[in-house]
Amino acid sequence: MNLDLAPEDRAFQQEVRAFFADSIPEEWKTTVRAGLRLSPENLVAYQRRLADRGWGAPTWPKEYGGTGWTPQQLHIFWSEASAADAPAQFHQGLELIGPIIFTYGSQAQKDFYLPRIISGEDWWCQGYSEPGAGSDLAALRTRATRDGDDYVINGHKMWTSYAHVADRMFVLARTSTEGRRQQGISLMLVDMDTPGIRISPIHTLDEKHHTNEVFLDDVRIPAANLVGEEGMGWNYGKVLLDRERMVAAATAMFLPQTLRAVREAATRRRTTGGLLIDKPEFRAKLAQVEIEALAVQAMVLRLMADAAAGADSGPRGSMVKLRWSELTQQATALWVEALGPKAQHFAALDEGAAPPQDMPLALQGALYARVTTIYGGSSEIQRNIIARRALGL
Amino acid sequence: MQFAFNDEQQMLRDSVERFGEEQWSAADRLKRLAEGAEGTARRWAQMAELGWLMLPIAESDGGLGGGPVEIMAIMEGFGRHLMTEAYVSHCVLAPALMQDGGAHCTALLEQVGTGQVRIAAALIEDEGFDVASIRAAAQADGDRFNVTGGKAHVEDGADADWYLVSARTAGVSGEREGVSLFLVPRSADGLTVRRFRSVDGHRHCSLDLVDVAAIPVGAIGGAADRIDAALDRAIVAHLAEAVGSMEAAVAATLDYVRTRQQFGAPIGSFQVVQHKVVDMSVACEEARALTMVAASQLASGGAASSLIAAAKVRVAQCGIAVAQQAVQLHGGVGTSEELVVSHHLRRQMMLDLAHGDRDHHKARFAELTR
Repeated sequence: MNLDLAPEDRAFQQEVRAFFADSIPEEWKTTVRAGLRLSPENLVAYQRRLADRGWGAPTWPKEYGGTGWTPQQLHIFWSEASAADAPAQFHQGLELIGPIIFTYGSQAQKDFYLPRIISGEDWWCQGYSEPGAGSDLAALRTRATRDGDDYVINGHKMWTSYAHVADRMFVLARTSTEGRRQQGISLMLVDMDTPGIRISPIHTLDEKHHTNEVFLDDVRIPAANLVGEEGMGWNYGKVLLDRERMVAAATAMFLPQTLRAVREAATRRRTTGGLLIDKPEFRAKLAQVEIEALAVQAMVLRLMADAAAGADSGPRGSMVKLRWSELTQQATALWVEALGPKAQHFAALDEGAAPPQDMPLALQGALYARVTTIYGGSSEIQRNIIARRALGL
Repeated sequence: MQFAFNDEQQMLRDSVERFGEEQWSAADRLKRLAEGAEGTARRWAQMAELGWLMLPIAESDGGLGGGPVEIMAIMEGFGRHLMTEAYVSHCVLAPALMQDGGAHCTALLEQVGTGQVRIAAALIEDEGFDVASIRAAAQADGDRFNVTGGKAHVEDGADADWYLVSARTAGVSGEREGVSLFLVPRSADGLTVRRFRSVDGHRHCSLDLVDVAAIPVGAIGGAADRIDAALDRAIVAHLAEAVGSMEAAVAATLDYVRTRQQFGAPIGSFQVVQHKVVDMSVACEEARALTMVAASQLASGGAASSLIAAAKVRVAQCGIAVAQQAVQLHGGVGTSEELVVSHHLRRQMMLDLAHGDRDHHKARFAELTR
């Protein structure tokens, strides 16, 4: 979409475009288009490159080492990143725990952790979900017991993405069983090399290793690693609600990458009667997804305008998450359709051979996309949130 | 990018809102509809007094030069209150088609702005919505033209005083070259007007023309671009109307599910009902965001036709889905003539058809983004 940019924003846009023009290696692009994350090493390399440029934390205030960009500048940055097939930055440190630390953390925590997030030195994972606590997170049972200057944590976390590469984990653990379920929950920062942590991979349908179970057996951490006050961990999640609209917005802006890949695949694909891209049935399907993606882009622009005006977006962040996740599923499924019979060639069986173009990434993308309507608050939970907050039902 | 109305636009919006509440209250709706053309004429005169009719007309044509965002501020209110006056057809589309169209156009537009004259666009033939798919032929006779052909649908044409008729001065159906635009008075010899009422209370017509003397508008043979550009403006105005209607339908549905008791509880306490209302409100948000982007880009001259086609498709999809669910969640009473929700559904269905339905604009989007 064309935007009327002020001269200073136009200059900024040129600066960002120039940066992306030569920072994204070709082999990253296909992965990114599939809606898949780059390998952790590559994501760290990308984070370092941004940090060197002073752009390591685009959404953070300047005082914590962020860029202090306006929503308009953020929109430009993400638009250009998306257009250049750059990846989204890994969000668990930057968007999840970082803002909680700079809002509620101690000075020592801010001084130590924040620069390491920006530089890419620390990779964070999120220890929230448990076998019995998914959408109903407050049902979590992991316990943290105070013992002198330490806490001792025992429990079992599930769906801990990237625990296998993370340096640190932020954990929600129960410090009390009194009162309302939410009141006894505390937020703690745990080094992954602390004795007593065992990580077990969860194998997923896309045959990639993203996520894990994490077992915590008498994991002893300093009490200074408690964030804010004991028993207040649940409330700290609320700081994220306002920021989540930015995460949703940023993610949604990368949708056009996948749609470009679909177009390219359909332009290569020969069928009886011509190229797939020229077939009216296919063009109608592609147009439908592209049109809905434009609607989501428009919703993102409105979110950014809210943010610029300091206005509450209400549930619009949830709405963008709902629609973006559905669309990434449709777009990746259409990519598989565009590849046709060759989408069945997931992996080469003979040594030295390679799967066809776009494979296996397109199929992995389509399979991985199924999790997007589940993670970060499932679509059903998002609808509950909107019903309660926006509609008062 | 403009996502909020400025003070002036907000005042305009408030004024339409007051007008809608007074003149088109849901309780009096059936009475209003029964008044037919007489009621419309009365309200049209009031709108002229309020200055609305001349708002979209270009300053060079004696109007106020209001842009797509001002028109959006007006049309949302038309949608919320389901006002059936043909504002888009007479005040947005016709002036856009006639802009810089010559002295005759300027003179007529002055009368459009004061409410004395209503002009409707006769662009569509049996082959559908594409502006170039026309066979009506205009024969030059000295510096005059005579038009012969049929126009299958004239949006809001039943009570028009003049028609803007597209006809070929060259080429064959499907070619953009050779499409010209003409003004024809309703009283013209050789013109037959067949009038129809639509399910949403709008009053349309079809035309048969046999050797009808016609006045050219703009350059001969090159009207296809002029028509497409004018239709873009009319479409964006209709999108705003659709958004207003959708939001009103959601508000009515929310009220209803909060109060309607079944199984000893308000039906809005049931999750299956809640999630449907959520999907309706998400659809509203999609439609509003797209419409605002389209209107503000059109206002700054940077709107791609592909964006407007996309918005037309998506707003129609969202609008029809919202109105259908509004009827569904009201249950049996939702299908009654008395309740306003079914009127929203009827208007959304007709708005989809106005100036090209979902499939037409989806195909157009695909073509424009090829």
